Amino acid sequence: MKIITFVKRVPSTTTRVLIKDGNALDPTGVEFILNPYDEFAIEEAIQQKDKSGDGHILVMSFGSADSQKELRTALAMGADEALLLQNPDAPNADGATTARTLTAAVKAREFDLLLFGKQSVDKEQHGVGPAVATALGIPCITEVTKLDITDGTVRAEREVEGGREIIEAPLPCAITCQKGLNQPRFASLKGIMAAKRKTLDIVDTDMGTPLVEVLKMEMPPERPAGRILGEGVAAVPALITALREEAKVL
Amino acid sequence: MAYQELDYFRFSELLNEEELMVRDQVRAFVDEKMMPGIAEHWEKGTFPTEIIPQMGKLGLLGVTIPEECGGAGMSSTIYGLVCQEIERCDSGIRSFVSVQTSLVMYPIFSYGSEEQKKYWLPKLSSGEAIGCFGLTEPDFGSNPGGMRTKCHQEGDEWVISGQKMWITNGTVADVSLVWARDNEGKIQGFLVEKGCEGFTAPEQMHKWSLRCSVTSELVLENVRVPEANRLPKVRGLKSALGCLTQARYGIAWGAVGAAQACFDEVLHYVKEREIFDKPLAAFQMTQDKLAWMATEITKAQLLAWRLGRMKDEGTMHSHQVSMAKRNNVKVALDIARECRTILGANGITLEYQTGRHVCNLETVLTYEGTHEIHALVIGEAVTGIPAYRS
Ligand SMILES: Cc1cc2nc3c(=O)[nH]c(=O)nc-3n(C[C@H](O)[C@H](O)[C@H](O)COP(=O)(O)OP(=O)(O)OC[C@H]3O[C@@H](n4cnc5c(N)ncnc54)[C@H](O)[C@@H]3O)c2cc1C
Repeated sequence: MKIITFVKRVPSTTTRVLIKDGNALDPTGVEFILNPYDEFAIEEAIQQKDKSGDGHILVMSFGSADSQKELRTALAMGADEALLLQNPDAPNADGATTARTLTAAVKAREFDLLLFGKQSVDKEQHGVGPAVATALGIPCITEVTKLDITDGTVRAEREVEGGREIIEAPLPCAITCQKGLNQPRFASLKGIMAAKRKTLDIVDTDMGTPLVEVLKMEMPPERPAGRILGEGVAAVPALITALREEAKVL
Repeated sequence: MAYQELDYFRFSELLNEEELMVRDQVRAFVDEKMMPGIAEHWEKGTFPTEIIPQMGKLGLLGVTIPEECGGAGMSSTIYGLVCQEIERCDSGIRSFVSVQTSLVMYPIFSYGSEEQKKYWLPKLSSGEAIGCFGLTEPDFGSNPGGMRTKCHQEGDEWVISGQKMWITNGTVADVSLVWARDNEGKIQGFLVEKGCEGFTAPEQMHKWSLRCSVTSELVLENVRVPEANRLPKVRGLKSALGCLTQARYGIAWGAVGAAQACFDEVLHYVKEREIFDKPLAAFQMTQDKLAWMATEITKAQLLAWRLGRMKDEGTMHSHQVSMAKRNNVKVALDIARECRTILGANGITLEYQTGRHVCNLETVLTYEGTHEIHALVIGEAVTGIPAYRS
C-alpha cells in the first residue's frame, strides 16, 4: 500500500496572534505546531500500512522552510519519507492554490491512498483534500471517523447530523480525517533520532498566481459589556425577548 | 485550560528543531497522561506507577545514554527540556526521572562493567526495572563523606552493613546503588538487588512534600553481593558526586517547569477573578507580582539553557550547576509561594496545582545539595577558599 499524507504547519491554537500589514498573521514569537487533524492522518497511515503488511508512507507539505519541523515530526511518528514543496509565501496561500501545488506533486507519484486532515486549524477552509481528489479524478470521502480497507475497497464511516453514514469506494481514494478516527501516537525520542536519518527532500516550488487575495484581517471586536435584565424568574420574559429579537439566537 | 508557556524573550528561538520536537511531544504527553490524575495521587501519597512503562516507551528514561545501551542518545539540553516539562506536572515525577537517569543509569554507564551495562541499562530505560541511589544517611546529608555504611571483601563477595535515609524510589527499586566505605576508607558503589538477604527498604511515610514520590530507608544487615555487583570504575566519593552533578543539572531545568506551571495557572486566574469590581489582574500590586515572576522565570530559563549548551560542549563545571540549581529552585519556590497568595483561599486546595508545587519545592530546595551548600560551592569558586567547615 502506497500512502501519501499531507501536513501543514499551523500556529498553535493557544498562541496570541497579531496581524501584520493588515492582511497576514505576524509570525514573530508565535508557536507553530503540526496541524492537529493531520496527526490523525499520519496515525491512520501508519496503522493502514501495518495492517497491509507492507507499504510506504510519504508525507508531503506545501510550506515555508520552517515546515521541516512538522515533516520531521511525522517521520518521527513513523512515516518513511518526507517531501517539502518549499515556498516562503506558502503560509499565506489559499486552499485552491495549495491544492493545485499538491496535485502536481502527487501526479508524479504512484499511490493507493491519500490521507488529509479534514481541515487546518488556521484557515479552516476544509477544501484542500476534496480539491486535490477532484483534480486527480479520484473518489474522496471527507471527515472520516472509521476506515477499513480490504482487497482494494475502502469502507469509511462518517458522522452526519443525527447518525452515521457508511461509504464504499475503490482505491485509489482520498480520505480527510476527523477526530475519533484514531488516537495519534506520541513521537518517541528514539523515533525523533531515527527521523534524522530518514529522507526529507526539499523542492523549491512555484505556486503560480494565487486564485484569491486576502484583503484584510481583523481582530474580533471587543465583546460589549453584559446587561442585567432583572432578577430571578421575573427576568425570564425579558431575557427571551432579548435573545429572540436582539441576539437572534432563539 | 491549555498550558501556555511564558516565552517573554522568545526563548523558543534558541532551540533547534530536534529540541522543539521533543519539548512539544513531552509537553503533550504530560498534559494528556500525567496531569489528569496527579492531584489525587499526591493526596493519597502514591506514585502513578502506570506512567513508568509509558515514559520508557517514549524514551524519557535515560535521555542522554547512548542508543546502543538502550537510551535515547540525545543531548543534555534535551534532557533538560524533558525535566522542565515533567516538573511542570510534579517534582515527584521529575525526581523519579532524575534518579533513574542521572543517579542510576548514568553511574552504571560511566562506572559499570560491560555486563552490568548490558544487563541493567535496557531494563532501566524501558521502565521494566526501577533504580534508586543510596548516599544520604541519618547523620550524614550535606557531608556524605562521613558515611558510616561499611563494606569489606570476603573471597569473591562483599559484605555491606549500614543504613541509608531519604532514598527516592527505595521501596520500589529493583536495583539499589548503595555507597559504602571499605576497610581502606575508600567509598565504593554496589548494585544491590531487591530481595537480597539482609536488605530491606521500608517507606518513609507522613511527608507533606513530594507526596507522589516514594521515599525510603535502606537497611543493610550483612548483605552479601558478588564482586560482579561492585561498580569497578568508581574512584571514591568523587564518583558519587559526579552523579549528583548530572541530576542537579536536570533539576535546574525542572524548577523552571514548576514555576511556569504556577505562573500559567495564576495568569488565567487573575483575569477571571473579580474583586472590588474589577479583575485581580487590573491591580498594580498584582501586576508587580506578575512582572517580578515573569522576569525571574525568563532569567532562570536562560540560565538553564546556557548551562545546557556548556554541558553539550563539554565545558560545564559543577560550580556552574550549583548556581543554576540554587537560583532556579529558590526562584521557583518563591514564585510558587507568591502565586499561592494571589489564589487566596483557593491556593490552599489541591484543585489548583500551585499549592502542590509550593510543598514539593521545599524538598527540591533541600535535596541534591541544599541551598546553603550550593552557596558555599559558589563562594569557593569565586574566592578560592572553601568554607564548609568553620
Ligand atoms: C524527599 C527527599 C528525597 C531524597 N532523595 C534522596 C536520594 O534519592 N538519595 C540520597 O542519597 N539522598 C536523598 N535525599 C537526601 C538529601 O539529599 C539530603 O536531605 C540533603 O543532602 C540534606 O541533608 P540533611 O537532610 O541531612 O540536612 P543537613 O545536612 O543536616 O543540613 C541541615 C541544614 O544545615 C545546613 N548546612 C549543612 N552544612 C552546612 C554548612 N557547612 N554551612 C552552612 N549550613 C550548612 C543545610 O544547608 C541545611 O539548611 C532526599 C531528601 C528528600 C527530602
